[in-house]
Amino acid sequence: MVVLVGPSGAGKSTLLRLCNRLDVPSSGCVRYRGDDIATLDPLFLRRRVGMVFQRPTPFPGTVDENLRIAEPTLPADEAVAALERVGLDDGFLDRPATELSGGEAQRVCLARTLVTRPEVVLMDEPTSSVDRAARLALESLARDLVREGVSILWVTHDLDQMRRIADHVVVVIGGRIAHTADVAELSEHAPDDVRDFLGEDAA
Amino acid sequence: MTDIGWSGLALSLLLVAVAVVLSVWRRLGLETTIAWSALRAMVQLLAVGGALELLLRNGTSIAWSFLWVAAMILFAAATVQRRAREVPHLFQLALAAFGAAAVVVLGVLFGLGIFSLDARTLIPLAGLMVGNSMTATVLVARRVYEELRDKRDEVEARLALGQTSWDAAAPYVRHSLRTALIPQIETTKAVGLVFLPGAMTGLILAGVDPVDAVLVQAAVMYVVLGSVATTTAVVALGVRRRLFTRDHRLVRIARVEAA
Repeated sequence: MVVLVGPSGAGKSTLLRLCNRLDVPSSGCVRYRGDDIATLDPLFLRRRVGMVFQRPTPFPGTVDENLRIAEPTLPADEAVAALERVGLDDGFLDRPATELSGGEAQRVCLARTLVTRPEVVLMDEPTSSVDRAARLALESLARDLVREGVSILWVTHDLDQMRRIADHVVVVIGGRIAHTADVAELSEHAPDDVRDFLGEDAA
Repeated sequence: MTDIGWSGLALSLLLVAVAVVLSVWRRLGLETTIAWSALRAMVQLLAVGGALELLLRNGTSIAWSFLWVAAMILFAAATVQRRAREVPHLFQLALAAFGAAAVVVLGVLFGLGIFSLDARTLIPLAGLMVGNSMTATVLVARRVYEELRDKRDEVEARLALGQTSWDAAAPYVRHSLRTALIPQIETTKAVGLVFLPGAMTGLILAGVDPVDAVLVQAAVMYVVLGSVATTTAVVALGVRRRLFTRDHRLVRIARVEAA
């Protein structure tokens, strides 16, 4: 689990959107398993690299229909399994997706992404519009996914959250990557602006 | 045949006078506007009538009529663009839409021999087709544009699942097309029960047998329905195309206030 952290407006979300080609870089390139993604089929790329957005984006229709938009041939038992994976029971399948709470909707969005069997999931401040319980639940779901072998790139500006979930941290300040380190040794060798952001004395 | 002549027209101006009197009496301040618009309508119609008379004269080449239709389409496309300024490249799209409608509708009408092709049929039918589909064209252009702008999160979530831009936009395009087509369908349903449409009224006033007038009117309604369907489909798909890149990204859509 890599956490992208930085002040608002630093370019964290933009960096994330470059990874599944919702935006394209004005210079430089993004590589996926060694290939410049500009040379890959964007539809193929987006099936490998899924995304959960800041605000939940349930589509009109039932939860089941939402899962089927992601994977039209999804067998019924796998739809149930996908929901269980995000901690929802099969009673949710027939519920209208747009009437769920923020936390439930965000779980459905995660399940919807997971049925495409991505190798990487991009999460753009996925907990910023849900309550505390839902936030902790989503964090632990994400940790479970990492244990199952899914890579997660998680954007947040919440340092406590970063410390709870990160293995590796990328600090983005002012549109550039200011520092990268494992979470345990984050402030060692960090430049001053990064220490300022992390709220530590630049001693 | 009814022929009201110049004296009849002059007398019908009494009805304009009624509107002017009302404006003066109730101090609406509209009397100049009323007089001006009545005058303007008359001059415009006389000019068009004069031009039509030239086109309809025996021996005038049908090519002039086609030129007239082309000019009408240009004018309509410019009007559509003006009424939905925020939508980029709408002029070309509207041009393509009216062009497509002309091919489809006029192709059916004249290709199958429903009407015989001459200036007397071509110009009014083309006018009917263009004039009646303008509103729906503007409506659908705006609608697709606004839907894809306001539902950006949803559209990008669909793209992020690996949907093509075509599939990701489909629900919003469908919704916009339905919204644009339904008023025309309602009008088609209500015809005859609620109102007697212009073509039929005109024909009956001009002394045509009502049953014949009805046949023409029904054909006219179908012309309008067909052309509204064609133009809205072309414009909706065209606007959709403009709003996505070839690598399935939704372009940034600025929030521009409608002019």
